[in-house]
Amino acid sequence: MSNTVEVAFTVNNIQYVRNVEPRMLLSDFLRHELGLTGTHVGCEHGVCGACTVLFDGQSVRSCLMFAVQANGHEILTIEGLGTIDNLHPIQQSFIEAHGLQCGFCTPGIILTLVPFLESNPDPSEEEIRHAISGNICRCTGYQNIVEAVKLAAEKMSPNT
Amino acid sequence: MKPAPFEYFAPATVEEALGYLAEYGYEAKVLAGGQSLIPMMNFRLAQPAVIVDINNIPELGYIRGNNGDLQIGALARHNQVESNPLVARQTPLIFEAMPHIATLQVRNRGTFGGSIAHADPSAELTAISVALEGSFTLRSQRGDRVIPANEFFLGLFTSVLEPDELLIEARFPPLPARSGCALEEVSRRPHDFALVGVAAVITLDQGNRCQDARLVFFSVGDGPVEARQAVGMLNGNELNSELLRLAAETAAKRDVDPGSDIHASAEYRRHLAGVLAYRALEKAYLRSRQ
Repeated sequence: MSNTVEVAFTVNNIQYVRNVEPRMLLSDFLRHELGLTGTHVGCEHGVCGACTVLFDGQSVRSCLMFAVQANGHEILTIEGLGTIDNLHPIQQSFIEAHGLQCGFCTPGIILTLVPFLESNPDPSEEEIRHAISGNICRCTGYQNIVEAVKLAAEKMSPNT
Repeated sequence: MKPAPFEYFAPATVEEALGYLAEYGYEAKVLAGGQSLIPMMNFRLAQPAVIVDINNIPELGYIRGNNGDLQIGALARHNQVESNPLVARQTPLIFEAMPHIATLQVRNRGTFGGSIAHADPSAELTAISVALEGSFTLRSQRGDRVIPANEFFLGLFTSVLEPDELLIEARFPPLPARSGCALEEVSRRPHDFALVGVAAVITLDQGNRCQDARLVFFSVGDGPVEARQAVGMLNGNELNSELLRLAAETAAKRDVDPGSDIHASAEYRRHLAGVLAYRALEKAYLRSRQ
């Protein structure tokens, strides 16, 4: 075993101080050390997008970062986005528009969409498809995901 | 899979980083965005004993103009380059390339300098840097050296970067007046590695003749491939569609020698090279006249 390094960072607004092996991927740290298994691990080489989390508010592949690199930074996973009684509008829209089937890709897609819809509140279909193009879904054929994003944009619009 | 164990350093200054690189040499790898290095480590294609993480040196994250040059620091991420108005104005070719580079999430993390240092022959930025006559500043405890982009890349994932050196900055001179540029590529899926890609830059003289043309391919060899015979047909001549088409054909026939792999045959890649070269040249020519 190699040496461990002390890291301090925030996940879903909770501050953690842990000792981690430098080689531990952020995705594995979230799942195995913190038990936050909503972050899914698909390909482990940055292609599928299932492990997407927000790192200082930006969508990143958590399988392409080491946990030690999160030192001093803020992470949001799907567990921190909404609660079962108070879902985030994007989560609610995915339910209403049937934007998921097996659900494996869903946390990564939803987290990708959070900063996207905040900076682009009224996206075109092309922009939506572009935004989610780094996330692979093997069930839906994307049609209802796109519908869910449109619905979410409506729900999040300040005019409604 | 999971990466093999390594020793981790996160220096806060460039000097400290150079110290680790000098000490560990070939054992060490610089970690910038990590969007190529970490997948290689996950597959254990790369097993560096030491990682020098430069993400805690924020002063390397700059993008700025200097006497007409555009300077991009080692830690400037693709999303910063993509949204920087100076980049869009001064190096429209780089701006045009950004949406082609991997996915949103990868661009949020990956760096311009890392893409160059990695020297992947399918990376847009390698060919573009050559086409724009860019240069890279490499720093070590031995000092700085500035290497023109067309001398930087040696082959597959190989460059002149020595193990004790850190790529500090990429620099691009302003394009002369009456210049146009364009990027064309074909990939199976958006953001995926290009099967073939090409960057074109054309500068016209006062008499509307081609003063200088550059045509640089990616994904057709071990590094960026300059189409020297093709541009030789253009320089000094008045341009028209027929000549551009002939030059593109020459580029595909004589300047590139693409290989076959699971993604595309050599024959198909050669065909694409001709089609894309023509599109890029024509677009660059039209833009140079605007």
